[in-house]
Parts: sequence; structure tokens; C-alpha cells
Amino acid sequence: MREKRNIFFLPAVSLLVSGLLGGCGKVAILNPAGPIGRAERDLILTALGLMMIVVVPVILMALWFPRRYSASRKDAAYTPKWTRSAKLELIVWLVPIAIVTTLGHLAWSGAHRLDPFRPMDRGVKPVNVEVVAMDWKWLFIYPDQDIAVINKLVFPAGTPLSFRITSDTVVNSFFIPRLGSQMYAMAGMVSRLHLLADKPGLYYGQSQQFSGKGYAGMHFEARAVSAARFKDWLENVRRSPDRLDAVRFKKLEKPSIDAPVTYFSNVEPGLFDRIVGSFVNMGPMAKARPPVRPGVAGAVAGVR
Amino acid sequence: MTNHAPTAQLAQVEDLRQEALTNQVFGFWIYLMSDLILFSAIFATFVVQSHSYAGGPTGKELFHLPYVLVETLLLLFSSATCGLAMVAAQNERRALVLQWLALTFLLGLGFVSMEVKEFHSMIAGGNGPDRSGFLSAFFTLVGTHGAHVFLGLLWMAVTMAQVGLKGLSTSVQSKLMRLSMFWHFLDIVWVGVFTTVYLRGVLQ
Amino acid sequence: MLGKLTLSAIPFHDPIVMGAVSGSVLLGAAIVALITCYGKWGYLWNEWLTSLDHKRIGVMYLVLALVMLLRGLSDAVMMRAQQALAVGGSHGFLPPEHFDQIFTAHGTIMIIFMAMPFIAGLMNIIVPQQIGARDVAFPFLNSLSLWLTVAGALLVMVSLGVGEFSKAGWSGYSPLTEKLFSPGTGVDYWDWAIQIAGIASLMSAINFFVTILRMRAPGMNLMRMPLFTWAVFFTTVLMICSFPVLTVSLAMLSLDRYLGMHFFSNTFGGNIMMYVNLFWMWGHPEVYIVILPAFGIFSEIVATFSAKRLFGYKSLVYATGAITLFSFGVWLHHFFTMGAGPDVNAVFGITTMIIAVPTGVKIFNWLFTMYRGRVRLTVPMYWTLGFIVSFTLGGATGVLMGVPPADFVVHNSLFLVAHFHTMLITGALFGLVAGYSYWFPKITGFRLNEKWGKRAFFFWLAGFYLAFGPLYLLGLMGMPRRMWHYSNPAWHPWLVVAACGTALIVIGTFLLIVQLVVSYRERKDNLDLTGDPYDGRTLEWVTSSPPPVYNFAEIPVVHDIDALADMKERGEVHKRPARYHDIEIPENSGAGFLIGVLTFCSGFALVWYIWWLAAASAAGVVLIVIARSFDDHTHRIIPASEIERIEENRYRQLEAARSGRSEISPA
Repeated sequence: MREKRNIFFLPAVSLLVSGLLGGCGKVAILNPAGPIGRAERDLILTALGLMMIVVVPVILMALWFPRRYSASRKDAAYTPKWTRSAKLELIVWLVPIAIVTTLGHLAWSGAHRLDPFRPMDRGVKPVNVEVVAMDWKWLFIYPDQDIAVINKLVFPAGTPLSFRITSDTVVNSFFIPRLGSQMYAMAGMVSRLHLLADKPGLYYGQSQQFSGKGYAGMHFEARAVSAARFKDWLENVRRSPDRLDAVRFKKLEKPSIDAPVTYFSNVEPGLFDRIVGSFVNMGPMAKARPPVRPGVAGAVAGVR
Repeated sequence: MTNHAPTAQLAQVEDLRQEALTNQVFGFWIYLMSDLILFSAIFATFVVQSHSYAGGPTGKELFHLPYVLVETLLLLFSSATCGLAMVAAQNERRALVLQWLALTFLLGLGFVSMEVKEFHSMIAGGNGPDRSGFLSAFFTLVGTHGAHVFLGLLWMAVTMAQVGLKGLSTSVQSKLMRLSMFWHFLDIVWVGVFTTVYLRGVLQ
Repeated sequence: MLGKLTLSAIPFHDPIVMGAVSGSVLLGAAIVALITCYGKWGYLWNEWLTSLDHKRIGVMYLVLALVMLLRGLSDAVMMRAQQALAVGGSHGFLPPEHFDQIFTAHGTIMIIFMAMPFIAGLMNIIVPQQIGARDVAFPFLNSLSLWLTVAGALLVMVSLGVGEFSKAGWSGYSPLTEKLFSPGTGVDYWDWAIQIAGIASLMSAINFFVTILRMRAPGMNLMRMPLFTWAVFFTTVLMICSFPVLTVSLAMLSLDRYLGMHFFSNTFGGNIMMYVNLFWMWGHPEVYIVILPAFGIFSEIVATFSAKRLFGYKSLVYATGAITLFSFGVWLHHFFTMGAGPDVNAVFGITTMIIAVPTGVKIFNWLFTMYRGRVRLTVPMYWTLGFIVSFTLGGATGVLMGVPPADFVVHNSLFLVAHFHTMLITGALFGLVAGYSYWFPKITGFRLNEKWGKRAFFFWLAGFYLAFGPLYLLGLMGMPRRMWHYSNPAWHPWLVVAACGTALIVIGTFLLIVQLVVSYRERKDNLDLTGDPYDGRTLEWVTSSPPPVYNFAEIPVVHDIDALADMKERGEVHKRPARYHDIEIPENSGAGFLIGVLTFCSGFALVWYIWWLAAASAAGVVLIVIARSFDDHTHRIIPASEIERIEENRYRQLEAARSGRSEISPA
């Protein structure tokens, strides 16, 4: 019996402890760097705490009852026909209902408050970034600055980020764990996401939705910098000789793994919307296109 | 009780057989219900994709309502003749059963042939199922129904052979019962296809 | 002639794959040689492969489940080993193409070809006995379901050595599974294997739905059915309503891949998220399809080993029904991050949480069944207690992910992986293994060794926490699932811990096999002569262990919940009937087996574009079905004299057991 208790308790306890200790340092979700992530962490902890009202008694009873009413203890009460108790059943139904009602309220308000499509009102003009998931790299277009970058996201701290997200290939999910909320990138569709980093720092971003062979390499640096350094960085990008026009984009569409960070000093206007449009219910204008997109198809046949 | 044991026992086995046939009809009902869910999923897909023309033709451009109306009438009449076959089966009139089933078979065959012809002309005109999401859904929904009718015809042929060879035994009666359930079910599904796909498509 | 199939389809260059293939081939050859050596082919064919006896079919399902468990587990070991190694500069031992196949195969196998056959096996063996029936409603359909499931499993196994398996995950999200992005044979193997097994499951479900509703013993009204039967009943409802949707979504994917249609493509009016919706409309009920029967098993075990009626029987039934109903309204929680909008997300989040209420009620009812009982801590009870504790924790993380904004940060992370493994390992697998231990004497006639059983349990439990505890943490650290390689060194130590946990689970599984071997060798000492080794409460313990082919010489009459406990109280157990009657049982049929073989050929041919073979096999299936429909000799009669001989033998056995017991009890 002793042995059994230990085996039930130890792993659970050690996990909880290690989880909480780790929480201060490397555990990205419990250590958010922006308001969205913070609100989500608080929600997680609140929800877990609420559920412990049921979870803890259940675990205690599960460990205690078999000992207390062990067949070897003939002195223990034994009521083989006792199968009903209005009072107990009321508690058993009502307590979970109460908790779920509370949680449901949290879910409803949280889903609205933290809707990724909802713009953040900080009294500052947000930085617009257009995100394109490709095989297997991220393309970030800064439409207002007319630049684009592969696999690196630099942005000013303290300023809201307004993302428009799509995919030029299969579904991916755009996620910077320490800033909060992820969002799917889907071809032919534009999803939105709004994030903010409190302070300058180096965070990591990644794809959170499996997308094939090069998926594991689809991560990128997400660097929050001061406004001044952001300006410097923009200047730096603008000095790049590489420009992102239709021809260059075709080249970029070829699947590649662990693509290096690349700066484009200039982007063809409306590129993002054209990428989206190339998938949408291809209208009469696109009729001339062959059934499969040759760039991707040819490359895919070659690579995979 | 002990005196009548052998007869009682025979009756018991007979009861069990009757029970087994009832089970088969009930089980077949459940199958039809799950088939209905299968069709609902395809219907839902069709509705989702009913405007995904991708630059291809719309339903209005493709469908000829009078043609489909003839198809519909063939199937509706086949349901009626199938019902008459069942009445004849209940009256134990074997020849009549075969005649009505043969007529049902011909009507069903006519329906399937017309559908194949419709599909063929669409594909020949470059509007096959690979043209657009809408056409994929169209061919799949109508084609799934058509495949059901085709299998029904196959089943009908086998059952007719059994009626001919074995007569209207209880097990053959039970098969006839299930076949007619299947046939009426397909009729009902077709009414859904006709309104959702063709009427809605043409009226838009 | 052979479609796309050439010798290059066999990956001779890959030592890991070739090792696994040659291992499987050698094992197969050894089994064939043994059977030939002992001249058992006739026995195998007559007594097993063509058998329509629900108990035999059930045992064959269990064998399939066990084999596939070993395959799925070895996939798990490879994944954990790869992730324990492939950090930073090291690339481990698996290239991404191989790793991607492994996690796809692991999920597909564990759900479709391990959990499902395991459930099918137990319900086949037990449900007819629990409701006092002699067989299922459609014995031939039952055999057909088995062989189609085997055909599907075989397709998965063959993909190991001929061609490749899907690299797109067990859920096969489009458009990654479209021809454009996955041109190989892998997705087709995956698609046809699940399609075939899915149809088999649907047929099983209809079979058991009818069996439970129409073949119960006199007096057993619905509200007297044992909880396992209730659970299976609701499971069949779930299957009948959800499997057609799976059939449709897989068929549409096939149409996209084979005929160039545009259901789930991201061009020409395809709708990629429609696949995801359709898949989870089946996929979420599927979770309950594998968990509800386990709930039923736990209910039986808790009542038996607490020597007490279940607390709140009605509550438990209604709770199971509520779970069944709600499980159709939660599918969207698998993709909150699609951006469906806050209203939709919140509604699906709340329905998800609502399911926790009936689930919680069930757990409380099991606890209160132990309360003031006489609890015997046998091996099945260990699995049950392990389940209650772990499942409650796992359930809490599930409700957590039902809060959409919380899901936004843990979706598709290892936290999610840990969550659903908690639900499926402790919820489904623990239950199934508990059921296997519990009903083992009923199946074989002898008991399992308790000592080895407990050892296996503790290794499984400790291994489970060690393997999945770190995964929760890793998810919170931001690690996504399905990575063959990663660069964050902070994740590494926890993945090593998880790999150690997997090693413990492997030992636990090995110990289950040891238990089986030891128990078989000591079977003479552990014979179950009474057919009722635990002082059981439900009708399956009335029959002998193993039961005769007809289960009951005389159909029992039921007066109460826990029919057997009630009979015992009234002293009506094992009463000799006044006289024996002839019993009609289904005649063996090889048609199910043959259809299984042909379906496998058809599936294989479709994967490799061998059109003539696909058409010929399909035509063969149709011909067999037609031939079978002409066959009127589908049943045979066991004469009353034969029944009498078997039953009298059983009474002598009971007598011996009783006198044996009276010799022991004073001491």
C-alpha cells in the first residue's frame, strides 16, 4: 500500500513543483513578454486553480477510499445496497456545473477580449506586417515601409503589431510564444493577429502547424527593439540590393529548408493581396492558369 | 409442457428465425440512417461549394431542367412500381412480383443511363469534376446517389433471381422488404438532390 | 501491369526500415512454419478464421490489437529517441521523411488499429454474455468487420516495406495531403487503410446496436443493462452517426487525389478548412468512441471489486448519454486558431466545458461506489485507480484548452500532445488493459498472474507520468509537436526525461507479455472452474470459463440491475433446467475472410494504381456477397443431447470447484 501511494503522488507533485519553479525562467507561456500573453497566462492559471476545486478532492478520495474501505478491514462500514443519495448527487452535479459556468463566463469574455482579430488601442499607430507562410520559411512584408524580410521579424517595443497572415502553401500557424496568441496561415484567406511586446528583447517565433518536410526549420527571430534602433534597422534593410518583385517571388516560392535571413529593400505593391488572390476561387481572369500552379508543382516534384 | 416439447422446440427455433429476420429489417433501417448521414455530409459539402465556380460554368449554364425532370419521373415511377411489387409479394403472387420488379429495374436503368449521359456530355464539354470545387461537389453528390441506384439495380437483379429460383420464402420476402426500403430511400434522397442541386442551381 | 509499383518501392537503402521489415517477415515466416510443423492449418481455418462465434472473433480482434500495440509502441520509442537526440547540431538517427511517417503511423495505428480492435474485441466477447444472448444479431457481418479491420491494418503494415506511409499526420490535414504536396503513395495507404477499417467499424456498430436493443434476456429492460453494455450502446450510436462523415471526407480526399477534384485543394474553389471541419466532426466523437467503452469497463470493475452496486446507476447512464450528445457539438475546439471569430469560438469552448460535467459525475459515482464497499485491490482495480487520478488531471488540462485564449498559446504544442495522451492512455488504454485482466479468465478459463500484472501496472503508470509530465512542461515552454529536429537547448533535458518514461512503458508492456507467458505456464494452478472468479455481479459470470459456443443453455431471466448478484441473493444461480433444447448456431463461413483478403488486394491495388487488380478484387467481393445471399444453410443445430453432455460436464466442474473451496476455506 505504501508503495502505491508514493507512485501516485511523487510524479504528480514533482511535476507541479518543477513546473512552477521552471515558470520563472524558460517556460515561455508562463513568462510572457506582452499584454496578450500575460492575459492568456492569467486565464490559464485562473482556470487551473478553479478546476483544482474538483480535481484535488477527487484525487484524495481516489487514494483514500480504497484504503479506508479495503476488504481486509472488516471493521469498516459496508453498505452493499447503498446506491443513491439525493444530497450527494446534487453536489456531484452542481459543483461541476458551478465551476463550468464560471469557466464558461471566462471563456466567453476571454474569447472576445483576446480575439486575435481585435485591434489594440494604445494611442499609437501600429506597425503593419504582412505575414506569408511559404515552403518552408516566413516572409514578412512591411507594407508601410515598403520592405520585406525572410525569417526575421524586427519591430519596436511598446508599439502594437498588426499582422495580416496568409499562406502561399499548406496551412501553417504563426506563433511567437512569449507574446501570446497564434494564428493559422491559410492559402486564399487573410487572418489577423495583434500583438505587443513590452520591452526590447529577443523572442522566438515558429510555425505551430505541421507543414511537411522542412517544418522543423520554420522558426525565426522575433526581435523587439527601441524606436530608434527600429529606424536604423529599416535603413539597413533599405540598403539591400535585393528587391522582391514577381520574378523574385517566383524564385522564392521554390521550397527550401532553413532559408537564411534575407532583406528586400523594395516590394512590389500589392504583392500580399495578389498571393491571397491567386488562391481565391480563381475567377475568369485566372482561367488561363493551368490546374496546378507550375512554380510550386515543378519545384515540389523536384524536391520531394 | 413435456408432452409437447418437440413442437414447442420447433416453434422456438421458428420464433428465433422470425426474430432474426426482424433484426435484419431493423438493422437495415439503422444502416439507412447512417447512409442518410453520409448523404447529409455530402449535401453540406455541396452547399459550401455551390458557388466555388473558379471561373467555370454555373449550374444555370449546365443544367437542363426538363431533362432532369424526366430522370426524376423515371425514379418516382420506379418507386411506385417497386411498391406494387411489394403488394404482390404480400399477396404471394410470384409472377406479378417478377413483372413489377422487372419494370422497376427498367425504370431504374433508364435513370442511371440518363445520368451517365448527362455526366458524359458535361465531361466532354470540358466541365468535368476537376474543373471547379462546385463541379467536384456536383459530380460527387449526384454520382454517389447514382452509384447507390446502380447497386440497387444489381441487388434487384439478384433478388429477382432468388424470387424465380426459391419462390417467396420468408427469407426472400425479408430481402424484398429491405430492397424496397432501399429503393424508396434513394427516391427521397433524389428529391433532395433535385431541389438542392438542380432547382436551386437553375433558379439562381 | 503493376501500375506505379516497381522494385524501387522497397526502401533497400534504409537500414531501419529494412530491419523492421525483415523482422516482421521473419516473425511471419516463423509463425507459418510453426503452424505447418504442428499441422494446425485445418484447426486454424475451421476453428478461428471461418468462425462466426462472437467470442472467437473477439479473441482475434484482441490479438490484432496486441500486435498493433507493439507496432505503435515501437513507433513511439523511435519518436522519443529521435527527439532526445536531435537537438542543435545533432540530427538524430531519423531523417524528416522517416520521422514524419512514424508519427503519422503511430497516431493512425494507436487509434484505428489498436484502440478500436481492442474495444471491438472486448465488446464482442462480453456484450452478448452480459445481456444473456447466444450471439450477436448478425454473426456473418461480425466476421466481415473483423477481416476488413485486419485488411486495413495489413495495408498499414505493408506500407512499411513497400513504398511509404503518409507523412501528413494521422489527421491528414489538407492541403498537405493533396497530390500537389504529397505526391507519393503514403497518403493513399493511410486513406484506404482508414477507409476500410472505418467501414468495418460502422458495420460493427450497427451489429451491436441491434444486438443490444433486440437480443436482451427477458426481464432485462434498458435500465437494468450493465454499464459496460450501456457504454457500448452509446458508443455504437456515436459510431453510426460519425463514421459516415469520416467515410465522406476520406472519399473526397481520394477523389481529389485520384480524379483531380477540388474539395480540399487550395485552388479552383477547393476549401481546405472544410476537410478539417469534416474530419473533426468524426474525430471528436471518435475520442469518446474509444473512451466510453473504457468508462463502461471501469464501472464493471469498480462495482465488482467493491462488492457493491454502482452508486447512482441512473446518473451514470444519463451522464454517458449526455457525453454522447455533446460530443457532436465540440469539434471546432480542435482549431480555435483558425480565426472563426469570438462568438463561434466561445460557443464551442463552452460546449467543450459542458462535457466535463457528466464526465466529472461519472468519476464521482465510481468514487462513491468504493465508499463503504469492500474494496479488493486486484490488478484491474489498480488500473482503475491509476485512471481516476490521471484522467482527472488530464481532464483539467482539457477543460483548460476549451478556453479559447488559453488554447491560442498551447494549441499544437506538446502540451496538447500530453493532454490527449493522458486522455487516451489512462482513459482508453488503461481501461482496455483493465478489461483484459478482468475478463481474461472468462476468455481463456484461467486467471492472469497478479504479481506480474501489478509490476506491469506500476511500470506503465510511472512511465506514463515520466513520459508525458515533461511534455506538458515542454508545451508551456513553447515546443510544437511533430518536430524531427529542434534548436532550443532548454527543451533537451525534458525530452530525455520523456524518453526514459517511454523506456519504462516499454518495460511495462514487456511485463504484460511476461504475465501472459507466466500465467499460461501456471494455468493449471489458476483454473477458473466456476466461471465466476471474482464474485461477479453481471450475467457474463454465469457462463462457464470459457463459455460454450452457445453461451447459455437456457436464457436467464433478469429481475434487477446486477442480474447475477440478484440471482445469487435469491439462490437461483446455476439451476439445472428441466430439460435441454436444441440450439441453433451460425455455421462457419470463410466468406468474411475471403472478402477481407480481396479488400486488402483492392486497397493495395488502388494505392499503386494497379487498376485491373482493384477492379477484379472488387468484382470478387460482389460475387462472394451474391453467392452468400443464395446460401440458405447458414445455421446448424446443436442437438439437445450434445447440450446436455456439455452442461452436465459443467455441473460436475462446478461441483468439484465447490468441494475444492470447502476444503480450503476452513484453513
